[in-house]
Amino acid sequence: MSTAHTHDATPGSAAAHGERHGSSHGHRHGDGHGDGHGHGHGSDGHDHGSLLTYVTGFLLSVILTAIPFWLVMAKVLPSQQVTALVILGFAAVQVVVHMVYFLHMNARAEGGWNMLAMIFTVMVVVITLSGSLWVMYHLNHNMMPTPAHQMREMP
Amino acid sequence: MNAPTLEFAAVAPEPALQQTASKQFHVLEHHPENGTLLGFWLYLMSDCLIFACLFATYAVLGHSYAAGPSGKDLFDLPLVAVNTSLLLLSSITYGFAMLTMQQKQMRATLIWLAVTGVLGAGFVTLELTEFAHLIQEGAGPQRSAFLSSFFTLVGTHGLHVTCGLIWLVTLMVQLGMHGFSEANQRRLQCLSMFWHFLDVIWIGVFTFVYLMGSMA
Repeated sequence: MSTAHTHDATPGSAAAHGERHGSSHGHRHGDGHGDGHGHGHGSDGHDHGSLLTYVTGFLLSVILTAIPFWLVMAKVLPSQQVTALVILGFAAVQVVVHMVYFLHMNARAEGGWNMLAMIFTVMVVVITLSGSLWVMYHLNHNMMPTPAHQMREMP
Repeated sequence: MNAPTLEFAAVAPEPALQQTASKQFHVLEHHPENGTLLGFWLYLMSDCLIFACLFATYAVLGHSYAAGPSGKDLFDLPLVAVNTSLLLLSSITYGFAMLTMQQKQMRATLIWLAVTGVLGAGFVTLELTEFAHLIQEGAGPQRSAFLSSFFTLVGTHGLHVTCGLIWLVTLMVQLGMHGFSEANQRRLQCLSMFWHFLDVIWIGVFTFVYLMGSMA
């Protein structure tokens, strides 16, 4: 099917195409459009950003980076657990800032597939991280060397 | 049928196969407009899974010091702060390169790309210095599970930045040779996504590894 295309690049042969491939509608989806060339870039909901978005993103990132470093280096908060939670929160916010202002993430880009792929990835990442920590924590706890008297009472 | 035909006649010459194929396919059905960017995004998401696994490994092994040094003994936070600001600055200079690309200013684009490259190279250099220092102190990757997972996670990120630098130089050469062709613009967009993505990963690294490591 592909070789037939190579010879007629002229506009006039469009009708002939329709004729020739009239029977192959089912395959139309599969081949020949890997490149995405020749399209206007503005119409796909892909936002390429402006000076304002980049500068805003940068300033927010600087603030969101500086505060965690300050919290840890100056030991501002009394408890380590609280500090850890706070800086993790700052990191999460900064990731969103980067996604929005630098990667120009929105629900319209690439017809929503970008967002869908990201949501799926986030889901897998959360399962991987929390699952690993959960399982390994319990493993560490329960696989401690068992004292002999406890071992005797095992069923 | 006329409008798309005109559109394709106006763009830079492409192989005849793709031209006719697109003419036939895109008129009748609507596809996502730029397959390459979506595909590259999917690659980034899979890369994200690699880093998620490495982060999970570090989270599990990060406190297994094997009676060796801990993060608190090893990490030099001012150095990490410098590293972080280098990467953050390189992110916005790449953004400026993208903006000048949209205005078709070749000289400015090349300058911003070069600045980005220098900042990225500075980041990699500092990281390698840190690694060399750690290994010299006897805190190499073979010392403990903590250090193995640390070197793997941070090293993988550094390797990505190095690949990004090679890609950046290649693109600068290609820009010089072929100008703002459509292919070059698309490549610059892909590298933009890659570069900002590495910055996102670094947020996780400096928060989870360095800051939390030097507290515990």
